[in-house]
Amino acid sequence: MSDTLLSVEDAVVDLPTPRGNLRAVDHVDLAVGAGKTLGIVGESGCGKTMLSRTILQLLPKKAKLSGRVMFDGQDLLKLPPEKLRKLRGRSLAVVFQDPMTSLNPVLTIGTQLIETIQEHLELDLAKARQRSVELLAAVGIPAPEQRLTQYPHQLSGGMRQRVAIAIALSCEPKLLIADEPTTALDVTIQAQILDLLAREQQRRHMAMILITHDLGVVAGRADEVAVMYAGRVVERAPTPALFKQMRMPYTEALLAALPKLDAAPHTPLPAISGRPPDPTRPLKGCSFSPRCRYATERCSTEKPSLVAAETPEHLYACFHPIAARVPA
Amino acid sequence: MATLELSLEDEAGARRARRGRRLGMLFWFAIGWMVLVFAVAIFADLLPLPSPTDMDMLERRAPFSVEHWLGTDGLGRDELSRLIYGARISLIVGLCAPVIGVTIGGALGMLAGYFRGRFESLVVGSMDVLLAFPPLILALAVTAFLGQSIFNLTCILGVLGIPAFMRVARASTLTLARREFVIAAQALGASHARILLRELLPNVLLPLLAFFLLGVAVTIVVEGALSFLGLGVPPPISSWGSMIGEGRESLDVAPRLAFIPAIAMFLTVLAFNLIGDTMRALTDPRQGAL
Amino acid sequence: MMQQVSSDPLLKVENLVVEYAVGGRTVHAVSGVSLEIARGETLGLVGESGCGKSTLGRAVLQLRKAVSGKVLFDGHDLTAMQGDALRKMRRRVQLIFQDPIASLNPRRRIGDIVAEPLVISGVADPAKRKQIVDDVLSAVGLDPALVGGRLPHEFSGGQCQRICIARALVLNPEFIICDEPVSALDVSIRAQILNLLEEMKARYGLTLLFIAHDLAVVKSVSDRVAVMYLGRLCEVGPSEQLFASPAHPYTALLIEAIPVPDPDVRPTQSVPVGEPPSPIAPPSGCRFRTRCPRADARCVDEVPELRMVAPGQFAACHHPLI
Repeated sequence: MSDTLLSVEDAVVDLPTPRGNLRAVDHVDLAVGAGKTLGIVGESGCGKTMLSRTILQLLPKKAKLSGRVMFDGQDLLKLPPEKLRKLRGRSLAVVFQDPMTSLNPVLTIGTQLIETIQEHLELDLAKARQRSVELLAAVGIPAPEQRLTQYPHQLSGGMRQRVAIAIALSCEPKLLIADEPTTALDVTIQAQILDLLAREQQRRHMAMILITHDLGVVAGRADEVAVMYAGRVVERAPTPALFKQMRMPYTEALLAALPKLDAAPHTPLPAISGRPPDPTRPLKGCSFSPRCRYATERCSTEKPSLVAAETPEHLYACFHPIAARVPA
Repeated sequence: MATLELSLEDEAGARRARRGRRLGMLFWFAIGWMVLVFAVAIFADLLPLPSPTDMDMLERRAPFSVEHWLGTDGLGRDELSRLIYGARISLIVGLCAPVIGVTIGGALGMLAGYFRGRFESLVVGSMDVLLAFPPLILALAVTAFLGQSIFNLTCILGVLGIPAFMRVARASTLTLARREFVIAAQALGASHARILLRELLPNVLLPLLAFFLLGVAVTIVVEGALSFLGLGVPPPISSWGSMIGEGRESLDVAPRLAFIPAIAMFLTVLAFNLIGDTMRALTDPRQGAL
Repeated sequence: MMQQVSSDPLLKVENLVVEYAVGGRTVHAVSGVSLEIARGETLGLVGESGCGKSTLGRAVLQLRKAVSGKVLFDGHDLTAMQGDALRKMRRRVQLIFQDPIASLNPRRRIGDIVAEPLVISGVADPAKRKQIVDDVLSAVGLDPALVGGRLPHEFSGGQCQRICIARALVLNPEFIICDEPVSALDVSIRAQILNLLEEMKARYGLTLLFIAHDLAVVKSVSDRVAVMYLGRLCEVGPSEQLFASPAHPYTALLIEAIPVPDPDVRPTQSVPVGEPPSPIAPPSGCRFRTRCPRADARCVDEVPELRMVAPGQFAACHHPLI
């Protein structure tokens, strides 16, 4: 891709824990083009949050990172902290799962917004204030002028998430990382927030990484999806290919385990047996092999690497890929 | 039905091994010091020590010698012997007073946190009254009224500790009582007593115990301060505080008379705090659970 | 406004009202809900957070006192019961919570936790208790020999939920209230637990009240579904029928909002319907009217009653979709 905005190359994150070394991110390669949306899907503990922190360079102090993170032509690992800080918030913004903890509870919404804008854009107070009002209106907050003087706890969860998005968008970032932005919200609010993110993304031609555990969230909204399991990207493909011609048994099992609205009640779900491996005790072979119904001898002794399917954009890590099939 | 693939066996082993490693040298020094202090305090009568109250006016403020290992004090009494007998008093008061506090304060706090309502307001209100009372004046009043004795001193310090223990117990009960496992027990039809004793107490006990060890440390210091002011144990019984107080008079000629008991107190208090912190970290069940 | 479902309802909730004070203001958590659950049936109860669905579940068990209304379990009015009689009745009704880790006492061993209901209900013989506990633990897919002596933190969320289910089953209850039992679990574990619940339902002949916010999950386990909004029932009906042709605009909105894991289903630009008002000051008339595209003057003045819109399907709306 010529217009790659962000690329993660062979990233490895090790966290020392009392149980031993925890490999949170295991040789991950990713790329996001300008204006594109990459969905990262995985269950809790699969390393998706650590991956987003790797991109933001906000890893815990004791974490050891190797590999390369190229953003807009700069290697973030080699950037001095001062420049990195300027980059974050300015061109690299983030929206977290819980807006209650990501907003400062003792500052008004206005203060938080205006300070962010002033710090990065060097506007005077009146201009920054005006911009804040515009932003709040853009993210669908009614009566934005009055909201500036309110505190986060005076707003509902959905409104708080809108404020968090307004703060993230305030400096026209090139890349927005949305880390489970709707997990804490109700389903009707979730739809509104996802719509808002999609709309603002289009308007600003901003790239987005949408991290979620819900395949349904990325299905209609991401250009490309990466499925993570036990710290590794196990399948990566343009969204239609991932849902229709998946190669990785884990992707298939994950999709099958979702209750379907069009299935009759009391239909037994094809559950994935067992649970993900302990990240401090990595398996020799494929991490999914103990739970995989296609697993063979080879899967438990050898780690499959990412290989391309028909198109070079579709990658998977499996010795026994599911044959291309026509969707039901 | 998929049976569970439990591979927990080796994890448990690893956890045990880790515990041993995590304790560190400092903890073992603290334990060693505690064992030493407790041993000499308990077996003081069996040790070949000179009497702590026998005066020898010819050997006042004598330096270290084979006869008097730590020398003698201003009245010619053996310093080592006084230090060891003083440890007895400091430890008795230091342990018994927090026991009063943890029992009464812990029980009140748990009841207040569990039942809430008017009872809670009453308990918290009366504790605030107790806290508002200047502790030194209370101690002074009680000793003036009931006379100076170890028993009275322990009781005063114990009562003064109740509000703090109550607060610790109430705070942890409040958060625990809202947890689902308590509601689950209620849904099962468990009685209040059963919920308090079986579900809540084991969880409240640990923060209380950690606070208890801190309480011991604080009480030893407070007892020292009271004895230093002459409000503590009646003479000629020695406690570390009164020894520091007596040593103050001869700071220029024999500073060791004040410093030796001060160092003993410092080390003991530090050891209690260290052990308390380590124990809390060790017994937290969430430790090591990722 | 009663809907008759079967001749033999195990649980019947009549006009239940639950209110409680928060900071001096009254929260109208449940405002006049009537429900019936037949023996052997699973009723799904859906709604967004703060709609009162969990409060309703707890009020059934008398863990929250109702202001008015009745809860009839097998013909006995639980709201009128106290002390021992209530305690005996509670053994026939059990509760499973959303957060499986928080609902296990962190300082007690699994064996003790699962045996606790037996101790409370007076099974004195430890050998007999152990036998029952071992049976139930194996039934939920845990090895009693491996699990019994461990503490809750040694288990993952899914395993803890299995333990909670075992604890709920140990007294052989007739009725289980599942309060968001899979919301805290990962997708791959969620399916296991849902299947386990179905399996246990068949094996122990249970009746379930399944409370959740995820419609797809609710549909997969429920015979009938009730939709709640701000303390009132909007719609009740057989699951398939309700999902195929919702009568209440709120039900339709909920179904619309579910993200579908299919890239061809472009997410419809959702109707910008704002957020639910606070249950401290619910709107007059129909409580959904502030977000409803069909609302008119009548919805402001008149509270819609639950009435039949199709066989077995009831909706509380002045302008139903069918």
